[in-house]
Amino acid sequence: MVEYIARRVVLLIPVLIGVSLVIFLSIRLVPGDPAEALAGEFADEEYIAEIRRIYGLDQPLHVQYGMFMKRALQGDLGRSILSDRPVLGEVWSRFLNTLQLAFWAVLLATIVGLLAGVISATNPYSKFDYGSMAGALLGISMPSFWFGLLLMAFFSVYLGWLPAGGKGTAAHLIMPVVTLGLTGAGLIARMTRNTMLEITGSEYITTARSKGLASGKVHYVHALKNAMLPVITVIGLQSGYLLGGSVITESVFAWPGLGRYIVEAIKLRDYAAVQGSLLFFALTFAVVNLTVDLLYAIFNPRVRYGGSGE
Amino acid sequence: MSQAAEVATGMQELESAPIRGMWEDTLRRLLRHRVAVVGCVFVFIFVAVSLLAPVVAPYDPIKADFQAALKKPSLEHPFGTDHFGRDVLSRIIYGARTSLLIGVFSVLIAAFGGVLLGLVGGYMGGWLDNLIMRIVDVSLTFPRILLSILLIAIIGTGMENIMLAVGIFAIPTYARLVRSSVLVLKETEFVEAAQAIGGSSRRVLFLHIFPGTLGPVVVQSTFLIATSIRVAAGLSFLGIGVPPPTPEWGTMLADARSYMALAPHLLAIPGFALMAVVLSFNLLGDGLRDALDPKLRR
Repeated sequence: MVEYIARRVVLLIPVLIGVSLVIFLSIRLVPGDPAEALAGEFADEEYIAEIRRIYGLDQPLHVQYGMFMKRALQGDLGRSILSDRPVLGEVWSRFLNTLQLAFWAVLLATIVGLLAGVISATNPYSKFDYGSMAGALLGISMPSFWFGLLLMAFFSVYLGWLPAGGKGTAAHLIMPVVTLGLTGAGLIARMTRNTMLEITGSEYITTARSKGLASGKVHYVHALKNAMLPVITVIGLQSGYLLGGSVITESVFAWPGLGRYIVEAIKLRDYAAVQGSLLFFALTFAVVNLTVDLLYAIFNPRVRYGGSGE
Repeated sequence: MSQAAEVATGMQELESAPIRGMWEDTLRRLLRHRVAVVGCVFVFIFVAVSLLAPVVAPYDPIKADFQAALKKPSLEHPFGTDHFGRDVLSRIIYGARTSLLIGVFSVLIAAFGGVLLGLVGGYMGGWLDNLIMRIVDVSLTFPRILLSILLIAIIGTGMENIMLAVGIFAIPTYARLVRSSVLVLKETEFVEAAQAIGGSSRRVLFLHIFPGTLGPVVVQSTFLIATSIRVAAGLSFLGIGVPPPTPEWGTMLADARSYMALAPHLLAIPGFALMAVVLSFNLLGDGLRDALDPKLRR
């Protein structure tokens, strides 16, 4: 197991180097000169050159990448050209906000999705099953920003119960979390139901039943445990998706998270800020994927002893 | 006789034969799937409305009329008017056209690139396959919307750029899907037979293996049209998608935010249209998947 974890962690390194290179290069492809943008409309050539020198923009690309990586490894992601503050600090506080949102959303999605999926699977083709599966499909198809706007129109504008946007109290969290969580619950519910139904049809479940186990025990101990494998994968994918999907939800509710930060940074051509936040996103997704794979190995001994990490 | 015509007559012969072909079989089973038929009908309406937009739209979707701004739904304007006094029904109809174009073309881009990469990688194996799959892995590390936003930052907004930005990042999904089918098909006896009688790699790959991957690709495409339409609307909502004044549902929703209390219909209608279209493609995809699944064959 330790060896398996070690191998997975080592495998992360080339992926992260690749990602950092792609991020670095694609940012350089963005049209528009940040030095000119920063210097303002009426700046003279000398001033622009000075700014280029300070930010290292006059160096060749590979030198810039080397400088960028060296500093990044030391925890220095550069200064935001716009706010003139260290990117790491800005990205970190935005990241914590996004994490807070994503954590509650994943929790809500998992609870709602698992519950709906398990109840549907234990009562297939019942009214509850049809209802929850219709709800799940709706959750998958509903554009999250529209759902968010509807919540806002009803609870903030019409009823005046909840704040329409921003961050501060727990009440600010409710609508963004519900928006993200419920749209994410759909896939989890469908996956849980389908895998559990598939497993319920398998032979060892018939064995468990025929030796006289209580049906509750069959469902929750034997079937659910094995259904967890694909469900974990979906929850992991959803966590990644919720982190990324937060881009739109954060914009709807003016939540000061990383997703909104990156959209603003791209619009304003703030190289360092975009690079820093993308690296943060990449690292987070890598960690989420790794966690999912490790959980997978815990629940599925075949992976642990199977040799190749594929 | 051209190759296309040959294929066409071949298809006709197949259809007239008493033994049902895979696609006819699929169609029959799809039509037995009630929910999928509902999705199918809605998709048909959506496509028809998009194509006939100039005929069915009662007003010009772009011309402003400030005298008639923010009207509630009425006989004259069934869906009301927006803050520029434009007829919302007409904008919804033309918006359907925008969404359909983006959905279809982005999926075509993705399917073309992904199928090709998946076929070649899966069949050839070796370093090429390894390289393709590593790139696929890295790109799947990011959520698509983030990559699309980044690409738009580089190439700019606009209809064609949105198609590209939305489509290009669905390539890995296809590549992975097709590759896994190819790996299975490569080991089958009919492929071995084709190789044994001296079929070139290209011939075996495109004539024998490619048709076998089509089922999953069609299912995936149906789902991806839904996703692409939703993502494109999201980008427009963020203000980096299809630029105004082109009628687009995401942009309409973004505009509606300022008039939430005054004109809630501006919020309800485009969102509902968007959801209905995404839902119907998903329903159709579900039905197609079940219809093409050999395990469920009755």
